[in-house]
Amino acid sequence: MAYEDGDPPLSLHLLRPISESPLRLDPLSRSFPSAAHRRASSTSHPSHDIHLPTPAVRHGSRAESERLASSQPELADADARLVFVGDPGRTDPHLQLAGNAIRTAKYSPLTFLPRNLFEQFHRVAYIYFLVIAVLNQLPQLAVFGRGASVLPLAFVLLVTAVKDAYEDWRRHRSDRIENNRVASVVDPRDGQFRPKRWKDVRVGEVLKVFADETNPCDMVLLATSDPTGVAYVQTINLDGESNLKTRYANHETTSRPIGDAHPFAAGLICCEQPNRNIYGFLANMEIDGKRVSLGPSNIILRGCELKNTAWAIGVAVYAGSETKVMLNSTGAPSKRSRLETHMNRETLLLSAVLITLCSVVSICNGIWLGKHRNDLELSQFFRKRDYSDSDKNYNYYGIGMQVFFTFLMSVIVFQIMIPISLYISMELVRLGQAYFMIRDTNLYDESSNSKFQCRALNINEDLGQIKYVFSDKTGTLTENKMEFQCASIRGRDYGSGKVPLQDNGGTHSVLAGDQIWKPKMSVKTDPELVALLQSRVETEQGNQAREFFLALACCNTIVPLIVETTDQKQKLIDYQGESPDEQALVFAAASYGFVLIERTSGHIVVDVLGVRQRYDVLGLHEFDSDRKRMSVIIGCADKTVKLYVKGADISMFGVIHKTIDLDIIRATETSLIAYSSLGLRTLVVGMRKLSRNDFEEWRSAYENASTLLIGRGRLLRAVSSNVERDLQILGASGIEDKLQQGVPEAIESMRQAGIKVWVLTGDKQETAISIGFSCKLLTSEMTQIVINSNSRESCKKSLQDAVAMSSKLAAISLDSENILRGTGSSRIALALVIDGNSLVYILRTELEEELFKVATVCDVVLCCRVAPLQKAGIVALMKNRTDNMTLAIGDGANDVSMIQMADVGIGISGQEGRQAVMASDFSMGQFRFLVPLLLVHGHWNYQRMAYMILYNFYRNAVFVFILFWYVLYTAYSLTTAISEWSSVLYSVIYTALPTIIVGTLDKDLSRRTLIKYPQLYRAGQRDERYNLKFFILTMMDSIWQSLAIFYIPYLAYRHSVVDGSSLGDLWTLAVVILVNIHLAMDVFRWNWITHASIWGCIVATVISVIIIDSIWMLPGYWAIFHIMETGLFWLSESRIFHLSLACQPSKGLDRMVQTHNPITLSDGVLLWSCFW
Amino acid sequence: MNPRGDSTSGSDGAPEPRRKSKKPKYSRFTQQELPACKPLLTPAIVVTTFAFIGIIFIPIGLLSLSASEQVVEIVYQYDTDCIPEQLQNDKVAFIQSSKTNKTCTRTLTVPKNMEGPVHIYYELDNFYQNHRRYVKSRSDKQLRSKASETVTTNCAPEATTSDGSVIVPCGLIAWSLFNDTYSFAVNSKIIEVNKKNIAWQSDKEHKFGSDVYPKNFQMGGLIGGAKLNASIPLSEQEDLIVWMRTAALPRFRKLYGRIETNLAANEQITVTIQNNYNTYSFEGKKNLVLSTTSWIGGKNDFLGTAYLTVGSLCLFLAIGFIILYLLKPRTLGDPSYLSWNRNPDGHY
Repeated sequence: MAYEDGDPPLSLHLLRPISESPLRLDPLSRSFPSAAHRRASSTSHPSHDIHLPTPAVRHGSRAESERLASSQPELADADARLVFVGDPGRTDPHLQLAGNAIRTAKYSPLTFLPRNLFEQFHRVAYIYFLVIAVLNQLPQLAVFGRGASVLPLAFVLLVTAVKDAYEDWRRHRSDRIENNRVASVVDPRDGQFRPKRWKDVRVGEVLKVFADETNPCDMVLLATSDPTGVAYVQTINLDGESNLKTRYANHETTSRPIGDAHPFAAGLICCEQPNRNIYGFLANMEIDGKRVSLGPSNIILRGCELKNTAWAIGVAVYAGSETKVMLNSTGAPSKRSRLETHMNRETLLLSAVLITLCSVVSICNGIWLGKHRNDLELSQFFRKRDYSDSDKNYNYYGIGMQVFFTFLMSVIVFQIMIPISLYISMELVRLGQAYFMIRDTNLYDESSNSKFQCRALNINEDLGQIKYVFSDKTGTLTENKMEFQCASIRGRDYGSGKVPLQDNGGTHSVLAGDQIWKPKMSVKTDPELVALLQSRVETEQGNQAREFFLALACCNTIVPLIVETTDQKQKLIDYQGESPDEQALVFAAASYGFVLIERTSGHIVVDVLGVRQRYDVLGLHEFDSDRKRMSVIIGCADKTVKLYVKGADISMFGVIHKTIDLDIIRATETSLIAYSSLGLRTLVVGMRKLSRNDFEEWRSAYENASTLLIGRGRLLRAVSSNVERDLQILGASGIEDKLQQGVPEAIESMRQAGIKVWVLTGDKQETAISIGFSCKLLTSEMTQIVINSNSRESCKKSLQDAVAMSSKLAAISLDSENILRGTGSSRIALALVIDGNSLVYILRTELEEELFKVATVCDVVLCCRVAPLQKAGIVALMKNRTDNMTLAIGDGANDVSMIQMADVGIGISGQEGRQAVMASDFSMGQFRFLVPLLLVHGHWNYQRMAYMILYNFYRNAVFVFILFWYVLYTAYSLTTAISEWSSVLYSVIYTALPTIIVGTLDKDLSRRTLIKYPQLYRAGQRDERYNLKFFILTMMDSIWQSLAIFYIPYLAYRHSVVDGSSLGDLWTLAVVILVNIHLAMDVFRWNWITHASIWGCIVATVISVIIIDSIWMLPGYWAIFHIMETGLFWLSESRIFHLSLACQPSKGLDRMVQTHNPITLSDGVLLWSCFW
Repeated sequence: MNPRGDSTSGSDGAPEPRRKSKKPKYSRFTQQELPACKPLLTPAIVVTTFAFIGIIFIPIGLLSLSASEQVVEIVYQYDTDCIPEQLQNDKVAFIQSSKTNKTCTRTLTVPKNMEGPVHIYYELDNFYQNHRRYVKSRSDKQLRSKASETVTTNCAPEATTSDGSVIVPCGLIAWSLFNDTYSFAVNSKIIEVNKKNIAWQSDKEHKFGSDVYPKNFQMGGLIGGAKLNASIPLSEQEDLIVWMRTAALPRFRKLYGRIETNLAANEQITVTIQNNYNTYSFEGKKNLVLSTTSWIGGKNDFLGTAYLTVGSLCLFLAIGFIILYLLKPRTLGDPSYLSWNRNPDGHY
């Protein structure tokens, strides 16, 4: 179906042959190529195809779609799968094909350990820790005991393994349930249907599926309860689309008598090897010596549910792991957040610090050894020589080797400089953040009953740094609930505002026996038009109007469904179809008295103004995006044959008979312009009466083409173009796509937050601009730059003009700013409107740079008539040229490419299927949820994660520096006063929990404040919470604090009898309390969980230290008690002492900064004090 | 939450009944609206905190200083002193020779009244008891029970004698046991040195076994330090126990014993030192320390000074903030200070 809008209507069954996906933007897109392509091919401009690596093949005619011989070699026997219908033994004699048992579980009990470990060690960090643990096992380097060195890594691995094992166990369980479901399968011995478990179903077996049952494997339809072989399936488990799709059994097989022992035994299906393309299938069947070709509409896939069809019989062609759904079951794409990328950069810096520390230690060690070269033999504490035996040295390999060993040992000692626990903490925090986002009632959409979904777990914090939002229009800004608004019939305009429309819902109900059938929805009607339709007087206008509505009722692929209501007498007619536009048109026709009641493959029944009429559907040319129209050939009761065509204005005016009715055409064109400037979606309807000759000519051509094996699609297209000519214009319709609730407000909020919103739509320019105005994206003060060119040169020229203009305007506004400084904004806002035609010449050429320059100075960019790949191209343009974060939001399959291209992809779970959702990182119900998502959750996520990363760096660095200072007093021999168990537990038990809790729960600002002041969002865009400066400050802070912690006990105890373990315990407690208090001082809001975790952790540390010191095996036995006894005062006092000392510089500085230099970081604090 | 696997045909993917609302349940927790307290750094709070810290810390500092002041400490460095003039050039030879006379008698003057118990410490400097090679060279298992006598895992090179029999106690720490001795006399009257209870009770009871006796100790090619009486169990060898609590820093004190009597001011104490321990090979220093104790332990001015410094700094800051606040007052949470209000364009 061809509307001027390329993007929403998707009238046809998914008949796109896709072999080579044009969408190989990145490896991630591989999971969804077909979806994207499907929409790709429904767009309007052929010229867009320039981007496609292989020309998209688009043609369509019911059930006949196939590859063009030119673009795709015919199914070669070598790589084809031969399926003998009803004979699994012959099909698969050696049991080489996959059985129908599925296995989504990754591991078996035997393979769990190796495979899981293998997968876990894909992380570089884990390998680092593994290497260190291995180094530590060398006797010369054994710094920690065996247990202590392996523990942290083992702990991390264990936690992840337990999590994986649990998930896998659940998968095992669901696999078992799935495999043991029962299907009805023909027993080859007697030809009767017998129950058989799913896992035992084999390729080649004939199965019977009943209504509402799930299909166990991919099967080619042979027969259905419908005599014409139609079956309806719901693919909600496959792609989430809830509307019904039509599938057909082949004519050759439907006619066979059922109950015969081997009704289809003679058949041989030759099909392509299993692949993951849900929307493509290529096969042919030899039956009774005839060879018929099979396409995607002849196959029902595993996971589909049979609906509205009593039963269907088919032969299994792909089973189990080879079914399309299983081949497609890949996880969500994984992206890495910007914060994490930055964090990795800082991790590298930390490694540099680590290496510096290690070098310092090893060099000093070398110098020390050199200086004391002569003393070492006799020094009691070194004892270089082994006197007991011979004169050989004991454990001493010369200064060079000692230095080398010292270096490696110091890496082991200082290893936690790289915070291993951070990786786990981040995952846990993200999980918590995802939980809160999902549970947020503000992100729940009542109308579609959809809650927020987090599909990607590792980019939560990116939501707080978005600079560009690329939005689809239909279904994203608008509801994609099409409503018929007005029509222009025979040049006369009805319903566009002159007369108030009436809500006459329910007047046109259909009587069927003693029951009343009513369309589920009614449309407001124009009384004048209603009167005209019902008038008995035969006027030209009246006849045309009736033809117009009959065309709307006939010329579509809508399936009417009769829905029961609570009232026995009343039933509702629901129209199921893939295009919301078609639904709207059929509902409109019904409201005007042309009610579509029934559709089979051969005829339709329409209640025309109370009279039930049957029309034979003689032929149907489905919508394709080259023709941008569809047509249907109807045989009426009076034996006349009519062709109804509807399609986009451009394509329709080309085939309308221009010589007659010129006035009408002019008038219709005027109406169309008026409609699109109202933001309506328009299309034109035409008809032609076919003479017997015309019809016969068409029919022979059509049948010829249909039976052709090679190049069928192309020929069918030629047939349809041949017949769709010399049309008489009936009129045009205007369909409104309502703006979603809260869109203008959301866009305004985002504008204040410094987020630039770009709208990318397939609509035409006028529609796009009018929508732009209605959602306040465009305002009348804005200067519009329109680029709408048809050649490379003109494109270049308009771009250069635009650059010149923008710089001129910038200069003007700069001048006026100088004059009017402080009196408010005087900048002239710019809006760029560019269409897909021009983008063809711009994207991926040197003009991109110019476009980028123009686009960045513009406040608003509107791209109309863009193809899906162009959407991705525009996103890539901004993503690759700036550091700014991009977000793409869309609802349809045509948005998949840009959703995957953008840093953050958001899918709207709306009317248009779920491809966008499946490809997205997050999904939600409404566009306006972007505001709470970005401004509130995004801000929080970013702020929390940024703080957590910095805090983790700080926390581990403090500890490492304390170890380092001590090493300076041990002749650089890497002794640690802090017991090895404490160093191991430090980042696991002593300090881990509070940072996770704070990283999940703390709020710097309340939801109310963040919504009220969208400007606060800019902090994230400018990386204000995490940047190199902060990192360096944090490191300085940790050095300072470690000095305080180390030297206060050192100076206090240096003349006492204190032993190493006692002082080590003191340092342990001091550092743990300090870092926890440091965290506590950074907490914005204290709730009971925060309290419990921070104080609980300190208590847990004390308990752990006591436990460690109660083990007589360890040198520090009872040390903690002795130091508490003897230096109890020291202990408590020096503690407070450190704290105040250590925390004051940073906090005091903060305070000073806040008082005197309100940079934006402190805006938060400021507001916080306003509104707490 | 089911972030992945939506596309599988798993049984958990079955669509829920249409009408069932998926609306998340409201709770204060899930909406992140838990009651919370929001501490705010208002000028008043900041000034009060600083003032409070100052007021608390200054007295603490003064108290610590006075306590430290009351401690009387005599420190006598004898390592060079106790070597005869003619041997000063080759101290190591002097200390290693078994023929030289190591006895060294000196007189110390008590500066102030010292109330008993007066603690006797030896203080070593430049002795890395925390050196990695050294701290690890012990076997806690062996020390604890006779049954584990042969466990000498980390003890090399002092694990076994050259004929292979185990050394008890093994390892460098025990081997290098300090062996200088001190005796004291005032006016030719010997002062009793109490060497009981100088080690930790916990060590004596749990770490050093009462059935473990020294064996093959100090028989190797190089004598590291003191010999042990093989008839006394380790749990009663308190000098060893003290020594084996390895010190944290290269300069350390260890308790030698206690003088239970008072020492009057200006009394002359005659100290007889047996200067046996070799610290000369690594330029170590040896001090003899006599010290009384107070509630803060030994003599230590550091903490007192530090408390005083920080306390006064805090007071100073508190006053500074008050002045600042009076000179440039600013309403708390004044929205006109927000960056975008100061910069109307919103461009930076």
